[in-house]
Amino acid sequence: MSAPDILKPYLMRIEKVKEEAPDVRTLRLAFADAAQGEAFSFRTGQFGEYSVFGEGECTFCIASPPTRRGYIECTFRRAGRVTSALAALEEGETVGFRGPYGNVFPIDAWRGKNLLFIAGGIALPPMRSVIWNVLDLRGDYRDVTILYGARTVADLVYKDELAEWQRRPDVRLVTTVDPGGETPDWQGEVGFVPAVLDRLAPASQDTVAVVCGPPVMIKFTFPVLARLGFAPADVFTTLENRMKCGVGKCGRCNTGRYFVCKDGPVFTFEQLKGMPQEY
Amino acid sequence: MTAMENPNRLIDRQGLARLFARWRGEGRRILAPRRLADAGPVDFAEVTSPDEVSFDHVQTVQSAKSAVFPRVEELFSFRRRDNSVELRERDLEALPLTVVFGLRPCDAAAFSALGAILNWDAPDRLFSARRQRLSLVTVACTRSDEHCFCTSLGGGPGSTAGSDLLLTDLGQGGFLVETLTAGGSGLLAGAGSLPPAGAAADKAARLARVDKKFDLQRIGPALAARFDDEAFWAGQSLRCLGCGACAYVCPTCACFDIQDEGGRRLRCWDSCGFALFTLHTSGHNPRPRQSQRWRQRLMHKFSYMDERQGTLGCVGCGRCSRACPVDMSLLEHLQAVAEAKP
Repeated sequence: MSAPDILKPYLMRIEKVKEEAPDVRTLRLAFADAAQGEAFSFRTGQFGEYSVFGEGECTFCIASPPTRRGYIECTFRRAGRVTSALAALEEGETVGFRGPYGNVFPIDAWRGKNLLFIAGGIALPPMRSVIWNVLDLRGDYRDVTILYGARTVADLVYKDELAEWQRRPDVRLVTTVDPGGETPDWQGEVGFVPAVLDRLAPASQDTVAVVCGPPVMIKFTFPVLARLGFAPADVFTTLENRMKCGVGKCGRCNTGRYFVCKDGPVFTFEQLKGMPQEY
Repeated sequence: MTAMENPNRLIDRQGLARLFARWRGEGRRILAPRRLADAGPVDFAEVTSPDEVSFDHVQTVQSAKSAVFPRVEELFSFRRRDNSVELRERDLEALPLTVVFGLRPCDAAAFSALGAILNWDAPDRLFSARRQRLSLVTVACTRSDEHCFCTSLGGGPGSTAGSDLLLTDLGQGGFLVETLTAGGSGLLAGAGSLPPAGAAADKAARLARVDKKFDLQRIGPALAARFDDEAFWAGQSLRCLGCGACAYVCPTCACFDIQDEGGRRLRCWDSCGFALFTLHTSGHNPRPRQSQRWRQRLMHKFSYMDERQGTLGCVGCGRCSRACPVDMSLLEHLQAVAEAKP
């Protein structure tokens, strides 16, 4: 008679903690119950609700790709009550996870195309899942270009992985930091992401663009992409509206007729044009 | 229909008292409108006999929604043990069997809107369990006030939608009883044989008048046409304090927050009228102005819910207008929306 409790989390053990940048950490989580872990699957672009028992829940994407089985990862910046508590946990401790929720990046439909990933700051994590997903299926896609910017060199996350992408001949990585954020030995670009994109001028033909970043970056990146000839339906982003339930009930992420948790978080710019700008 | 075929019955105060005793004997708690002080407000409270129940008020302060969606409820509890955590689910069998007695037809109709939100896409376990253990014995409205507008939303002072039983006060301590569901028949099982309602039991003559106040068909298109008219929304919401009272008294508002406290994960009522509702950690707020939050309230209830859940988020009970500390009347605002020339 009674349905499973959709608001009850899985218990997850912290397998690994990695410092990414000041106040930014990645947690690798494994299911405390192996059978639950076996049954669990997700697709790239989906998110979850992570909990520290006694402090509450917060919403992050799943930052690892579904091609890596047996664990999920999340990357977060320490900011409020729950993320501060999450940052204080160590390997071996238990957290909660509800998910996977939301829609996905349609990577099957992107087969045979060039992919352009544009990320700013702490918004690389949602894109890291899809980047590794396509790199793990590298033969299915043509050119892969990643443009990633942060305020300062220290704020760049996933430094080991950036170095790995830099070394790979089948990936073109361009990193940039905001003016004044560079160090004396900085080898990358200096400038805001939209300006660097403008200079880079990637071809739009047969290319899908994925843009994740703070609202101000997204706002100034879309016009550049439009100038470069990208159709709004070929530009994807993932929205970060505040959420509590993740399952279309608490009302928080409601934007026009859409619920970011159910209809998103992945939207094309074409879809965003038909929505009120409440994101 | 002739009087002989009329399935409706009559019940008097003594009959109601027998029913209350029977329901309590079956382990049901009875929530009913009770006057909280002499000439004071009337609100739902647990009662044991019909003598405690108010019949002459227009509307309770709060709706009956907390019977299925409490203001604060525990989702589960947890206990840390070394590095692991033990979760304890709620025992659904321990949730009380409940009769809400004396709610108005608008409140009875509101349960389907609540269910449309909370059970949308995937069922909400606690809500569904509470709803299954709930019976609604509605009392028709013989009085209304200037805030009532149920008839504009398809309801009415004698509407049966959502109720298990509907009682209409016929005066002199007698009530007409309409049995509307199998659950309703079960509730009457303990009443003995109730006399059939004769032709003299004229329900329509007893009902309050609630004149139709606006044309619902115009609201959806008018809202869409007005969406980007910032001056219109600013004008509508200039005095709104963002206090959230309208959402708390609303029988269909179901937005909630989730918080941990004292070893328990709690679900609490929330409101789209609060600035915090949508505020991002970064400080960015998708709806930074009160006018946008007021617009969201109307859009959600009269446009988005219609599109996504196939029902409206309003039953015209008028509570939001009665509770508003700055006298914002939802009815007047909807009339303005419907009449505005886009």
